[in-house]
Amino acid sequence: MLFSFFKKCLALLPTLIGASLVAFALIRLVPGDPVTNLLGERGGDPTVVAEMQARLGLDRPLPEQYFKFVKNALVGDMGVSTVSKRPVSEEFWDRFPATLELSLMALLWATVLGVPLGMIAAMKRNSFFDYSVMGTALVGYSMPIFWWGLMVVIFFSVNLGWFPVSGRIGIEHDIPIRSGFMLIDVWSMGEGASVAFWSALKHLVLPAFVLGTIPLAVMARMTRSSLLETLHEDFVRTAKAKGVSATGVLIHHALRNALVPIVTVFGLLLGSLLTGAILTETIFSWPGVGRWLVKSVEARDYPVIQGGVLYIAFMIVIVNLLIDLIYMWVDPRLRKVS
Amino acid sequence: MFRRSLVILTSAAVIFVSLSAFAAKTFVYCSEGSPSTFNPQLATDGTSFNASAQPVYNRLIEFKTGSTEIEPGLAEKWTISKDGLAFTFKLRKGVKFHASEFFKPTRDFNADDVLFTFNRQREAKHPFHKVGGGSYEYFQGMEMGKIIKDIKKTDDHTVIFTLSRQEAPFLANLAMDFASILSAEYGDQMLKAGTPDKMDTFPIGTGPFIFKSYQKDTLIRFVANADYWNQKPKIDNLVISITPDASVRYQKLKAGECHLIAEPSPADVDSMKANSKIQLVEKEGVNVGYLALNTQRKPFDNPKVRQAIMHALNRESYIQAIYMGRATLAKNPIPPSIWSYNNKTVDYTYDVEKAKELLKAAGYPNGFETELWTLPVARPYNPAGKKMGEIMQADLLKVGIKVKLVTYDWPTYLEKSKKGEHQMIQMGWTGDNGDPDNFLNVLLGCGAVQAGSNLARWCYKPFNDLIQQAKQITDQKKRSELYMKAQTVFKAEAPWATLAYARVYRALSDKVTGYQIHPFGTESFEKLDLK
Repeated sequence: MLFSFFKKCLALLPTLIGASLVAFALIRLVPGDPVTNLLGERGGDPTVVAEMQARLGLDRPLPEQYFKFVKNALVGDMGVSTVSKRPVSEEFWDRFPATLELSLMALLWATVLGVPLGMIAAMKRNSFFDYSVMGTALVGYSMPIFWWGLMVVIFFSVNLGWFPVSGRIGIEHDIPIRSGFMLIDVWSMGEGASVAFWSALKHLVLPAFVLGTIPLAVMARMTRSSLLETLHEDFVRTAKAKGVSATGVLIHHALRNALVPIVTVFGLLLGSLLTGAILTETIFSWPGVGRWLVKSVEARDYPVIQGGVLYIAFMIVIVNLLIDLIYMWVDPRLRKVS
Repeated sequence: MFRRSLVILTSAAVIFVSLSAFAAKTFVYCSEGSPSTFNPQLATDGTSFNASAQPVYNRLIEFKTGSTEIEPGLAEKWTISKDGLAFTFKLRKGVKFHASEFFKPTRDFNADDVLFTFNRQREAKHPFHKVGGGSYEYFQGMEMGKIIKDIKKTDDHTVIFTLSRQEAPFLANLAMDFASILSAEYGDQMLKAGTPDKMDTFPIGTGPFIFKSYQKDTLIRFVANADYWNQKPKIDNLVISITPDASVRYQKLKAGECHLIAEPSPADVDSMKANSKIQLVEKEGVNVGYLALNTQRKPFDNPKVRQAIMHALNRESYIQAIYMGRATLAKNPIPPSIWSYNNKTVDYTYDVEKAKELLKAAGYPNGFETELWTLPVARPYNPAGKKMGEIMQADLLKVGIKVKLVTYDWPTYLEKSKKGEHQMIQMGWTGDNGDPDNFLNVLLGCGAVQAGSNLARWCYKPFNDLIQQAKQITDQKKRSELYMKAQTVFKAEAPWATLAYARVYRALSDKVTGYQIHPFGTESFEKLDLK
């Protein structure tokens, strides 16, 4: 098992090299560079522009720039943002916990609600409940997130006043950022920590709800179809014939076997949420990596794009590795194969 | 029992009222983005200036709140030598720098701070020059490195700037955000501690608010500076809540989570006007939106063709369709809020027949085919480039000019246009310092062709001579005459179709008092109060 784990780790290296190469090359293929962007409508004297480009190392041949980037990345140095002038690694770690916190909360409610809904729909196949859940899931899946987010804000925040419109915590709470996870950092407050926690939680509800909409629909549909497939297997029929209760069959026999595709989807969803929460981050002013990366592309902030993509690729690779480990736990056959 | 309840209720009411009276006033400004830095020397964007230069710092000279006129700041007064090359500043005494957990100032503001501020930007050998990347785009863009020959202090409160050439807009340049005064003592301490970067991330200034903390991409907190040399702010805390989406900012304003919002969406303005709890304030902006014609390319090298285009475009219709009425039709390359605006220039009327005649006279009786680049981003001077492009396309087709609309993403648009790859291009400009030179020379001077900001690529000697001459005179009346002549030349040669002077507007809660909108679009928090 340990050997298999290391083998998997080694296999991830080409993925990371590929991601770094693509991120490096793609952004340089499009016209415009950080200097042009910084100078804006004003422009600049060609000698000043050339001097600024040289300072950023942009006058060097591309292979040289790439190898320098890789060499530095190997020791954890991703360079310095051309816009903020701060190290990319610091900029990334300032934002990643916020993205992770939001993604996990979104997936939590998507799973807690989606899996049981899918299970019930599978058990009551072709019933009114099944049609309603699957119909709603289809609507949820096709929801334009930007519109949905704004509607949710207008209804729950502006009209009902139940939740704040955006941000991570009420402005009255000045929380020193330590871990970057607001739900954890509030506890350093001592007195008033529970009030701050409540405020942070309230700020998290709507973004997690909006971000989790599509994953919820996917989880429900996936659980249903995966369970339906398993419910027709011979061993389920045998279990039923042996007199195991319907719930027993569902939980102990069918669900466990249906879990592999569900876990796969969970991993894929987490991977996509870590990068794809841009719209939710924009609506709820959530300080995550998605918005940061999009801004860096607009600004042609090469070091941030290269470093950010590499970090994200690394995170997705780690998520995939964890999912592989969970497979082995869920399905003993996979352990034997490896 | 009743009496006891009454006593309790009355005491509770008294406590509540007194608490409210002493409750800290927190003002929340919902901004459109995150600052890229807290050092205004390193920034190029208004968002960063609003979070650093405006609340935290002062400059030697300041713009009067809500105006393009200058007034004394950290320099109480100044004199200019007869040859216009030496500027002597007498510095204000008793001005205190902020204190923070990293820094406790031991002295007041003095000449060393002025030297530190400018030498960091102009001297490559300065120990702080390379901190934060070593790029001082604004300082370089305004050619301050070339203009300033030397800076000397004669005593602790007197500084002399010697210029290498006469530069009339120099004083106005010193009021710009990049010229914010930093603390030399803070710099020294951070350098000794091995953490020079802190200077740019934990700003220390002399301004009305003290920086407290920054939650990345979310909140920036400031507290009022009790020792402020000027009038002490009336609000106790200033919070900048970063809210990138304009619709969400509006929702936050409605929900009472913001007192002032940046860049309201034009689509929301009517609904804001109808809301009694929201104030909408407007002001003439210091900007111009234009369509530049690349005069280095055929057929735009022919003035007749350019004039034909001026007559063919129904520019007045754009004011309603594109700016929703919140702009005035532009006649000159500088807006009326800038001195020396020439009211007497004669504008081109919308006249299709005249346009056709001019095209015929230029040798294009059947028109021609060309490209028009539409602005890919919403800017104050042009909120909807593509839509405007479509209307222009229809206008030009009426005189036989077949236009293909082209656009790129913003950095690509900038790069390609600076290389002169365009034929007709939408662009615009928001002024930096209220000086006519900042428009006429930066956008239409011969030097700007190479720098890339003269998108008409129009180097016309009679015009260029006038603006270069005006730059070297300090007498504003004489300068004004020259700039007025330059505008007449511009109008006759028509390198641009001047489109609009957009108004700047802000939405704020009805609880806010003392707010003045600044024509440059930056925010001043100094005089704000809450009812």
